[in-house]
Amino acid sequence: MIALTELYKGFRDPEVIRSLAKEIANYASLVDGSVNIMEVCGGHTHTIMKYGLNQLLPDNIDFIHGPGCPVCIMPKERIDHAAALASLPNTILVTLGDMIRVPGSKGSLANYRANGCDIRPIYDPLDTLQIAIDNPNKTVVFFAIGFETSTPMTAVLIDQAEQRQINNLVFHINHVLVPPAIDAVMADPNVKVNAFIGPAHVSVISGAKVYRPAVTDYNTPVVVSGFEPVDVMQSILMIVKQKAASKAELENQYSRSVSEDGNLAAQKMVNRYFKVRDNFRWRGLGPIPSSALMLREEYAHRDAELVFAAHLPTDEIDDHKACQCGDILRGLCKPKDCKVFGRGCTPETPLGSCMVSSEGACNAYYRYNGVTE
Amino acid sequence: MNQTISKKVVQLSHGGGGKEMNHLIKDLFFKAFDNPILRSEEDAAVLHFNGDVAFTTDSFTVAPLFFSGGDIGKLSIAGTVNDLAMMAAEPQYLSCSFIIEEGFEIAKLKTIVESMAKELKQSGARIVCGDTKVVPRGCADGLFINTTGVGRILQKGISVKSVTDDDVIIVSRDIGRHGAAILMAREGLTLDSELTSDCATLWPIVEQLIAANIEIHAMRDATRGGLSAVLNEWALASDVEINVHEEAIPVCDEVRGLCELYGFEPFDLANEGTFILAVPKKSADATLEIMKRFCHCEQAAIIGDVNQNRKGKVILNTPWGSTRYLDLPQGELLPRIC
Repeated sequence: MIALTELYKGFRDPEVIRSLAKEIANYASLVDGSVNIMEVCGGHTHTIMKYGLNQLLPDNIDFIHGPGCPVCIMPKERIDHAAALASLPNTILVTLGDMIRVPGSKGSLANYRANGCDIRPIYDPLDTLQIAIDNPNKTVVFFAIGFETSTPMTAVLIDQAEQRQINNLVFHINHVLVPPAIDAVMADPNVKVNAFIGPAHVSVISGAKVYRPAVTDYNTPVVVSGFEPVDVMQSILMIVKQKAASKAELENQYSRSVSEDGNLAAQKMVNRYFKVRDNFRWRGLGPIPSSALMLREEYAHRDAELVFAAHLPTDEIDDHKACQCGDILRGLCKPKDCKVFGRGCTPETPLGSCMVSSEGACNAYYRYNGVTE
Repeated sequence: MNQTISKKVVQLSHGGGGKEMNHLIKDLFFKAFDNPILRSEEDAAVLHFNGDVAFTTDSFTVAPLFFSGGDIGKLSIAGTVNDLAMMAAEPQYLSCSFIIEEGFEIAKLKTIVESMAKELKQSGARIVCGDTKVVPRGCADGLFINTTGVGRILQKGISVKSVTDDDVIIVSRDIGRHGAAILMAREGLTLDSELTSDCATLWPIVEQLIAANIEIHAMRDATRGGLSAVLNEWALASDVEINVHEEAIPVCDEVRGLCELYGFEPFDLANEGTFILAVPKKSADATLEIMKRFCHCEQAAIIGDVNQNRKGKVILNTPWGSTRYLDLPQGELLPRIC
């Protein structure tokens, strides 16, 4: 049996990381101006902060933390939906990890759970199937969140529920898409981003090709990157090399798992159950057209937004006025620029969602950053 | 038939103060924990002390009750005994209260009680008083145990406030095993793994350190909140910076693997038989030499030192030269999303 540590050891090798840092510095000195890299995904933000990679880079390389954390971009009204569904009699709400900590307009799902609602955080979406089987007299709502990476797991869950006729399982779908979010960020005239690190797990499903439009539309390098420190450092090197040669290309650092076209079987499964939603309101970014998925009409009987429409609030709810999650998600400011960061807003009492999730930029800054400042 | 079945589980009558309760106490608890003070059956145990005494209590509600490397019984003894040991107090007398849910299997209770008796032998502590309550089905999760302990202090001055910048920080073994073992049992992860909890009584090791006149400044078992919590408490209470080196902190492959899967950090995971020491630099080698004689401390290691720079903070140094705060774990430990 191979130990898990053997799988990642090489990707955390101090010697490799140090020599990559040296190479990056060499190429960065050839670049005019600054390289402002948006790491779209919260997982990358986490890698950069946790391993202190930003401390190893020259001054003209900066990170802008993008909108790729599924918990962070969830607007309050959607969390209120989850709370309303969990408050229905004979209902179990199932969701993933951090989601239960995000504050809605009247509290987080953890507050609702403490007040008696049956809310269960799970790791594997397929566990929901067993919960539904074990509770035939209750309605089980799966509050589905995540980017392209997590959508196939929800699709498989729906597929299983359909095949096995488990009829007490319904879905509240909040699956969102990365490319429209990139477009929304770049549409801002003040945006400083001039390179992207693309989340590799998205491309494992959707293929490297999903980032091609970003390269041509904005003339920026995009490197599809893995999540280990060596992956991220190598991706930064690839970006800086492009910048030094004034190129803008799509490159695939995570070639060990990502192909041009991605996982076709997973895409087929997703397409069977989902279609693109006309519009979805992102926390901090506002409404973005064609940026999220919804269940197809054939599965309306499993769509909690339709089945329980009468119980779901319809008002849009903005964040706390002092919260700057929106500007942070668009790369216009850093967590430390926010007035409430670390004061009114901490991981225990988050005002905005970027502080809640372990993948949120504010949370990562709060936990790891500041040693060198 | 019904009677045979009901005999095998704890019933409300077992907590009623009558015959059934007497049976449970005499046949099970007295037999396992037998000693003259307990046997005297007075309203309260009479103890005799000279000098300073350490006094501690802890309640045990672990789910599942049985896990790889231990059970709630072993935990309830080791936990309280360790709290005394961490103050350099010889664990002498314990109280023990059971809150049992109606319907709990007597066979399981027996296994747990025997496991407690076995663990008591590690330190020589005795259970001298106790209580049993049975609550209706649904009012408790199987079994809760509370133990309280007292013991005389053999070395004074050990405190969270006593860490100085002449100290080194030592960890007794690889960290995170208990938290990881419980997580595995709870999540029903079917991983091919031999991971066991580190649950153990630490008094025999501490006793040897005291006997060797090691000047211990601070000592704490890294239970809930793990290594991060202990170091942060010390940094704040002693008003010092604690500087640790990631590479020096022992973590076994299984715990690393599980942390990778769930997005946890070994520094945040609970331990039940792992402790952290702050001792003067000059005593470091002698301390390690004594600790390594004990099988579960073979990996004991110096993981960091102390300075006056960023008071109240714990700094983690990565193997490639960057640094970050090692913060207190926050909120529930929830598996990550993606």
